[in-house]
Amino acid sequence: MMVKKKALLAAGAVLAAATLALTGCSSGGAASTASSTAAAGSGSLTVWVDADRAPVLKDAAAAFTQETGVEVKLVQKDFTKIQDEFIAQVPTDKGPDITIAAHDWLGNFVANGVVQPVELGDTAANYQKVAVTAMSVEGKTYGVPYSIENIALLRNTALAPAAPATYDDMVAAGKAAGTEFPYLVQLGPDADPYHLYPFQTSFGAPVFGTNADGSYNANDLSIGNAGGEGFATWLGAQGATGNLSLNVTSDIAKEKFLAGASPFLITGPWNVPDAQKAGITVAVDPIPSAGGQTAQPFVGVQGFVVSAKSKNALAANEFLVNYIGSEKVQTALYKVGGRAPANTAAFEAASSDPITAGFGKVAATAVPMPSIPQMGKVWQFWGVTEAAIISQKGDPVALWQKMTADIQTAIK
Amino acid sequence: MTTPRTEQDAAQLRQTKRSRRAARVAEAASAGVKVLLVKIVLLGIVDAISVYALFVLVMKQDWVVVGLVAFVTLVVNWIYFSHQKLPAKYLAPGLIFLLIFQIFVIGYSGYIAFTNYGTGHNSTKADAVNALIVSSQERVPDSASYGLTVLEQSGEFSFLVTDPDGTISVGSATSPLRVVTDATTDATGKATGLAGYTSLRFADIVAQQQDIAALSVPVSDDPNDGSLRTPDGSSAYLYVSDLVYSAADGTMTNSSTGVVYADNGKTGSFVAPSGEELLPGWKVEVGFANFVHAFGSESIRGPLISVTLWTFAFALLSVLTTFGLGLFLAIVFNDLRMRGRNVYRVVMILPYAFPAFLSALVWAGMLNPQFGFVNQVLFGGADIPWLTNEWLAKFSIIFVNLWLGFPYMFLVCTGALQSIPSEIQEAATVDGARPWQVFRLIKLPLLLVSVAPLLISSFAFNFNNFNLIYMLTGGGPRDVTAGVNVGATDILISMVYKVAFVGASRDYGLTSAFSIIIFLLVALVSIVSFKQTKALEELN
Repeated sequence: MMVKKKALLAAGAVLAAATLALTGCSSGGAASTASSTAAAGSGSLTVWVDADRAPVLKDAAAAFTQETGVEVKLVQKDFTKIQDEFIAQVPTDKGPDITIAAHDWLGNFVANGVVQPVELGDTAANYQKVAVTAMSVEGKTYGVPYSIENIALLRNTALAPAAPATYDDMVAAGKAAGTEFPYLVQLGPDADPYHLYPFQTSFGAPVFGTNADGSYNANDLSIGNAGGEGFATWLGAQGATGNLSLNVTSDIAKEKFLAGASPFLITGPWNVPDAQKAGITVAVDPIPSAGGQTAQPFVGVQGFVVSAKSKNALAANEFLVNYIGSEKVQTALYKVGGRAPANTAAFEAASSDPITAGFGKVAATAVPMPSIPQMGKVWQFWGVTEAAIISQKGDPVALWQKMTADIQTAIK
Repeated sequence: MTTPRTEQDAAQLRQTKRSRRAARVAEAASAGVKVLLVKIVLLGIVDAISVYALFVLVMKQDWVVVGLVAFVTLVVNWIYFSHQKLPAKYLAPGLIFLLIFQIFVIGYSGYIAFTNYGTGHNSTKADAVNALIVSSQERVPDSASYGLTVLEQSGEFSFLVTDPDGTISVGSATSPLRVVTDATTDATGKATGLAGYTSLRFADIVAQQQDIAALSVPVSDDPNDGSLRTPDGSSAYLYVSDLVYSAADGTMTNSSTGVVYADNGKTGSFVAPSGEELLPGWKVEVGFANFVHAFGSESIRGPLISVTLWTFAFALLSVLTTFGLGLFLAIVFNDLRMRGRNVYRVVMILPYAFPAFLSALVWAGMLNPQFGFVNQVLFGGADIPWLTNEWLAKFSIIFVNLWLGFPYMFLVCTGALQSIPSEIQEAATVDGARPWQVFRLIKLPLLLVSVAPLLISSFAFNFNNFNLIYMLTGGGPRDVTAGVNVGATDILISMVYKVAFVGASRDYGLTSAFSIIIFLLVALVSIVSFKQTKALEELN
């Protein structure tokens, strides 16, 4: 009898769990069902946000609710999982009305039809131009930007007192400092096109050409132009002299810079706090040009987008354009994330910090990372080819042309 | 049951039947009261949850799942309230879990393999049409921003708009804009109301936002002039749309170029006669197209063969090396003459206690040619490209997997060795067998009987050992001249990952097709191996 009772208990528990699981499977959790049905009636917004930004949005949401009577529900999500979850859940009507997003997800979002355009109207002028361009696909704006992030040249002022004007200046200054490396940039077995991109653009070889409105033209693959070949040759030469080494991974680059093994590190704002903690006085400078033209790094913009199936489109637009876009909220978001605000007025205020001002100065000349879906096909050939050129595995120009042809085939 | 021969026999039989039933009722009533109560309470909880689930599901009109939940609940009640069906009482919970978490998942993956589910095809046709229409509405470049007040008159909404130059007009979905002069305005000159209409406050707008967001007010009788729409209820902009959907024949027409995009029923998207495709599309069943693509596409078929060979080599070598080392150490530490065996055993198991994920990353760092521990300390600063040379990378993978995997084999073999009776060894020694003969002819076959199934499962595990490959080499090094995104150390599962997930586009259909192919391969190898194991048991 004892055995039977235990089995019964177990069976009951299992069944209860199973029933819940079954309901869960079909509805994505009872809670979200309740929220979306309530939303249609009384007017409420569900917003996906990552843990860092949730507290700031809470205040903006409360103010919005007070003024308009529209309730805002914040749902915390792991930032790295939002892209796939949003694409998976919006078609099933279980997605949020608004989600936080990185601008380079947008091409994917648009191709899957899960976002709707946002009309910034006259407020578009309140944002830095590069941020609005980044949040646009084929000339239509799909999101309200809140922050901008890019790489620049981090300089250890104790080892190099002045900002270098050109690449050769930088190498010379680095050698004069007598450190282990003249300068550091993170690579790895598959190189790192993101960190090498400023050098590439300084030869006049962006990945894609641009249309008149600043959006990328997928049909114009300009990476293989004469400038690209020049960059490839230069890359081979730098690999031969040892200025660029595939053995310097991101960890090693950071570690060596913190240890004072080089006066320069090409990196983003995420490494600045650690450098300052290590007692290094850092300055942020533009990345010196290697090919004569301006070295333009990629800019990553973060913002908020509206679901294509949101039943609260008006309230969502109102919340984003007039609350998230406001200087006050953008300044608050800057304070938690440390990334430069997209709102111009908030950025001016944040620029009292020389580090933010330094990165912002570079961002002004930078280009948004292409968000068109075709970009996904570029990465897989780009890094390995750069790695092959740096490690002298063939004629740089021939490898570069082979890569261009492969990308062209993959895009079609 | 035999036929009763006499009346007396029949009576006796009736009596025993009756008494048996009585006994059963008595037992159920006395000893079973508590059990019965527990049973009723537990089933009550289960039923309550099911009823709640049913309510939620009915609200969502998810009829298939409603049917499933109702059916399972009824079956469960029937099983646990009946007096027989003891086996079912034990099996039901497990079976329910099996159905939900295994059969359903496998079946669903199988279904996905026959669809084009992936980037650009992740929803229904209705959603695709909606997304295309919404994104084809384009604000007229540099057009003005109109101050807006939404008006209502007998259930119909109108826009009361104020031009930047102060002109005030009113219009609705059915009547184009006309200029009015009798509107009331606020301090900034924005019109706020019109006689005969009710002005909506923001809360009213929010309550009816779907209708208002869908409202488009033509600016003139000519539709090509565009129409006013509002994204936020307080301002309006001039939009033109270039895509028109015709529900009658299911086609999209670009009104500015006149191109007609039709649903060809195959690709799950609108396609122009020129072959140009509009994205997003929607999910459709594509039959065996994914399997044909897996074997027919040049960029996949070429590397598929070499990757399959390396996958088999990697899985086989991993099993052999880890088993070899594990067995050797187990035998050494099983010898009673060995001192401090327990300390050694603990040290041996350490790599096993480390998460494999992390170990692979740490090894990747240690094998860095210039700064890694291996080259710097063990090889005196030599520049050996452990992870960037094709063959050295393959060697490194197997070596690191040996480091990760031998403790498991060591544990398994230690256990198996200790279960072999020592008398057998003594008997063999008395018969004059030398140690190597004892090991080869007696211990190893006995050991294999218990270990062989584990070796097969270890093979299956390594066949799909994605973590190690991904963390250590990422499948590299790659031959850049090959033009495909497959490296020298890619195994099937990591190649599938690259084919399906690298870059922004996802192809769940193709991935599911690959999963099925890999499953068939592993199943085939396992079946053959288990047959061999049976032969081993007969040998015993």
